[in-house]
Amino acid sequence: MHEEKNNHHIGYGTYVLVWIALLAFTSITVTIAGVSLGRYTLLVALFFAAIKSALVINIFMHIKFDEKIFKVFLLLSGFTLLVIFILTFFDFLYR
Amino acid sequence: MSSHNESAVAQNHVHRDEVGAKMGMWLFLFTELLLFGGLFLVYAVYRYQYPDQFHLAGMELNTGIGTLNTIILLTSSLTVALSIAAIQKRNKFLSVLMLTLTLTFALMFMVNKYFEWSAKFSHGIYPGSEELLSLPNGQILFFGLYYVMTGLHGLHVVIGIIILSIILVMIIKDKITYDNYTKLENSGLYWHLVDLIWIFLFPLFYLIQ
Repeated sequence: MHEEKNNHHIGYGTYVLVWIALLAFTSITVTIAGVSLGRYTLLVALFFAAIKSALVINIFMHIKFDEKIFKVFLLLSGFTLLVIFILTFFDFLYR
Repeated sequence: MSSHNESAVAQNHVHRDEVGAKMGMWLFLFTELLLFGGLFLVYAVYRYQYPDQFHLAGMELNTGIGTLNTIILLTSSLTVALSIAAIQKRNKFLSVLMLTLTLTFALMFMVNKYFEWSAKFSHGIYPGSEELLSLPNGQILFFGLYYVMTGLHGLHVVIGIIILSIILVMIIKDKITYDNYTKLENSGLYWHLVDLIWIFLFPLFYLIQ
């Protein structure tokens, strides 16, 4: 059981592929920022930032292959942050 | 607890709790997430309040240098991941080489930051400057957040450089080996977090067109 968990090693190739994908998404984000999409510019930029962070967290940070509990923690803290954002904006918008 | 005992037995009675060490690291990373999360929240509220002034102030930032630093940080994230993969495959040379590259990229990032900030300073835009205080509120807030958030991120890069240098020496001295590399893994996690934060800082500050 221990062997199985800790020996899930990712090869060099996978990392390089993820890196290429990250660079591709970066260039897409920069290119799109040059085109005027009005109010959607921010949404598109955040969308690509979210994809990039998902790649980094899952592959570079191994969360996909590590103990489930780390993923639970991560979702929990992300959810906490989301709740704080939503509550703050409720306060700000309807004060 | 049981997995702790299992791993201790599996490693010839070496008393080491790798899962525990990693969990501690992840818990620390969540406190970091909330620290920066609070700053992103302040940014979100003020950007919502002053969209036009954030837009104007954002135009002042150098997109080129921001993009270059993004590429540098993403690549340094790759090299630190490769360094871990190399030590797992018992390739000490490649691991040392990749970690050295990571450190080089980190230094390059800080050099760029230095040039970027000095250019801003020479234009009279720095916290508390007359030039900055004469601007409307929204722009003062934008530059304030810019200096605090990229500054705090830069501080993390500097701390990362220190930690990764120590880890590099430990690999060279065989204190970190193919069967005992949790310290390298945890430092790698920290470095990826620094990269993650930049992934969001970059579009929010440098790509407001």
